Amino acid sequence: MKRLLAAAATVLSLAFASPTHAQTPPNVLVVGQIAEPKSLDPHAVTAVNDFRILMNVYDGLVRYKNGTLEVEPALAESWTISDDGTVYTFKLREGVSFHDGAPLNAEAVKFNFERMLKEDHPFHDTGPFPLAFFFSTVDTVTAIDDLTVEFKLKEPYAPFLSNLAYPTGLIVSPKAVEEHGADFGRNPSGTGAYKFAEWEANAKVVVTRNEDYWDGAPELEAVIYRPITDANTRIAEMLSGGLDIMVEVPPDSLQQFRSDEAFEVQEQAGPHVWFLILNAKEGPFATKEIRQAANYAVNKTTLVDNILQGTAEVAAGPTPPAFAWAYDEDLEPYPYDPDKARELLKEAGYDGEEITFYVTEGGSGMLDPIAMGTAIQADLEAVGMKVKIETYEWNTYLGLVNPGLEGKADMAEMAWMTNDPDTLPFLTLRTEAWPDKGGFNSGYYSNPKVDELLEAARRATDQDERAKLYREMQSIVQEDAPWVFVANWKQNAVIKASVEDFKLQPSFFLMLQNVAKPE
Amino acid sequence: MSAYIAKRLLAAIPVLFGLTIIVFLIMAMIPGDPATAILGSYATPENVEKLNRDLGLDKPLLQQYLIWIANLFQGDLGRSYTLNRPVLDEVLERFSATLILAGTALVLCSILGLIAGVISAVRQFSWVDKTITLVVLIGISIPSFWLGLLLILVFAVNLRWFPASGMYAIYGGGGPLDLLHHLFLPALTLAVVATGVIARLTRTAMLEVLRQDYIRTARAKGVTENRVIYRHAFKAALVTVIPVIGIQAGFVLGGAVYIETVFQWPGIGSMLVKAISTRDLLLVQGGVLVVASAYVLFNLAADVLQTVLDPRLR
Repeated sequence: MKRLLAAAATVLSLAFASPTHAQTPPNVLVVGQIAEPKSLDPHAVTAVNDFRILMNVYDGLVRYKNGTLEVEPALAESWTISDDGTVYTFKLREGVSFHDGAPLNAEAVKFNFERMLKEDHPFHDTGPFPLAFFFSTVDTVTAIDDLTVEFKLKEPYAPFLSNLAYPTGLIVSPKAVEEHGADFGRNPSGTGAYKFAEWEANAKVVVTRNEDYWDGAPELEAVIYRPITDANTRIAEMLSGGLDIMVEVPPDSLQQFRSDEAFEVQEQAGPHVWFLILNAKEGPFATKEIRQAANYAVNKTTLVDNILQGTAEVAAGPTPPAFAWAYDEDLEPYPYDPDKARELLKEAGYDGEEITFYVTEGGSGMLDPIAMGTAIQADLEAVGMKVKIETYEWNTYLGLVNPGLEGKADMAEMAWMTNDPDTLPFLTLRTEAWPDKGGFNSGYYSNPKVDELLEAARRATDQDERAKLYREMQSIVQEDAPWVFVANWKQNAVIKASVEDFKLQPSFFLMLQNVAKPE
Repeated sequence: MSAYIAKRLLAAIPVLFGLTIIVFLIMAMIPGDPATAILGSYATPENVEKLNRDLGLDKPLLQQYLIWIANLFQGDLGRSYTLNRPVLDEVLERFSATLILAGTALVLCSILGLIAGVISAVRQFSWVDKTITLVVLIGISIPSFWLGLLLILVFAVNLRWFPASGMYAIYGGGGPLDLLHHLFLPALTLAVVATGVIARLTRTAMLEVLRQDYIRTARAKGVTENRVIYRHAFKAALVTVIPVIGIQAGFVLGGAVYIETVFQWPGIGSMLVKAISTRDLLLVQGGVLVVASAYVLFNLAADVLQTVLDPRLR
């Protein structure tokens, strides 16, 4: 027994004596991720969590300009667009190599897109490529010469450039794909500021400085990404010094970090909209005035300030302000006006019919859906509407909402995060996007003028022209109120005070090319 | 004895088969599919159909199951579509992490539980007994995930004696010392409830044995008190306690799910939770198969150990 005790004491003292590694070393940045990445093949993944690594290991032909959602040259130095908007010709940067030494050239670019899009491509089986449809309008990719590559589109498609800046458009090394096949996602090779070094499953992904980076080698020696799925554990790890940056901080903990000088809290509104789909085909919301009444009845300011604790802003229309170039600054959110709501309900002859409200338990971009749903229910009941909530788990929820609300519900929570002002309205507000036609217009909104504007915006190749069309669309949609426009989420991050030159981007990607941490 | 073990192992095979069928059916019945989970907002019927085809999920359920079984016999558990790596690699890696955690916790709770129980019984009704009983009662009643968070707050965030999460230091770590350092808080948290159960049971068993005639005889013969307690009474009490430790092994494995999540321990519990929510069927299948096999083996081991200890059962 004494020997047992002695052994236990030894074990304990060893555990205590072991040095603590809580502090992270200088010039190495440790990032707290919310999950283990699925793959480091940018064409095979869909999660922002994975994009946060990928955007630092790869480059695309174009990228988002710092602090905006506008594209600027990256691997392509310049490009031209044919007048009819169907031929894009890119001139590639000279002298760029992948981390494995292979040159970046027109053939490499062609390989990337054909791998994703052509089912008979020898490496198509290294997929699946769930977001390949981002480039479904691409007809052919041709290598004109070593550094010139031409994309022919089946039809004009204005979001093409912006999709190229999205992680699905990042360029991978064909040599590495040929060498590793389906395991390329664990042996990635790109042209980015950091080279892949190590992936220890469920513990860390390490990337190290690319000394030959075409845009200037980064200051950091390495970045370590740690997956920590539990938010409380992530916070504890940040507080105990084991992380330099953490993203997606729960609202409850932001104040604690704000009041501590060792940390800095950053916030950045992103291309996100949280809204309620209203069933415009049947039931009370088939009447425009009742849809408007719902917009007046919901107290959005209270929602974002109290329930979301300031981590979101009130949304005015279908397009988030993060798309600065396409956003209509003059659009004012529906004010909170229960009297006006009651008046509209009375005018429209609302008879107290019960409203079925689909609420989800969670899901990507859904923020705090149950608490928000309950508050919205209370607001609507306060103006005399009868609301019945039905709650579903996220995957089940999508299976109910995406095929359309007809015969099931009058109202459903939804949130989208996109990379181009085209995506959301095109997929959710057009008549051609009703669920039976393969779109996401689950509330059956239909306005020929909106259809026309969105089609025209997609064909336009000039950004100013597109912006004009989107602005007009926004004011019509706001007036028609197919949704209750609720919130635009702000991404947040906590960083250690010793981290320099870090800035959150509206794209929600984590760009670490210029970050420094000298101590 | 070996015939008995072989029979028990053979009996386990249909159980495991039945289990894989049930898991397969449940996963097929719950709403939502992997393609929808992967595509999220972009899950148009068209995209879902194409992705399901690429993932091989468009085949009839029976065919999918038969393919899985056929591959199983070749030692291939398939490829996880959320992790994009072979299920076998992931499951074995995760399960060894769980075994380290649960094994340590089991050793810890056995040692602490037995010591506390014996002391309590020997000093019945003394203040030592009362203190131990109180501490044990608190230990059994505390929810372990909450205790884990509390320990992180005190020992990792405030005192910084132990790391808050993970299995090895992220930078310059590795080696058994580093592992022990990371293991201490989660293993302790996991051991608390089982320690309480074992301590209370040991106390009762010891008190029971100490009242027996042969103990009185031993004392009357002039055997030293230490020898009476440890050689005579403790050994007899162990026979009652061992099967309970076997059952606790199951609870510890189960409890590891919460603790793994709280401490970000890369074990199989947290893997299964995530695999279910992302509808990663093959990963769920592989994980359940391994965990269930372990249960069968643990139960068998406990039974065998009891037979060895208790001649009456032979």
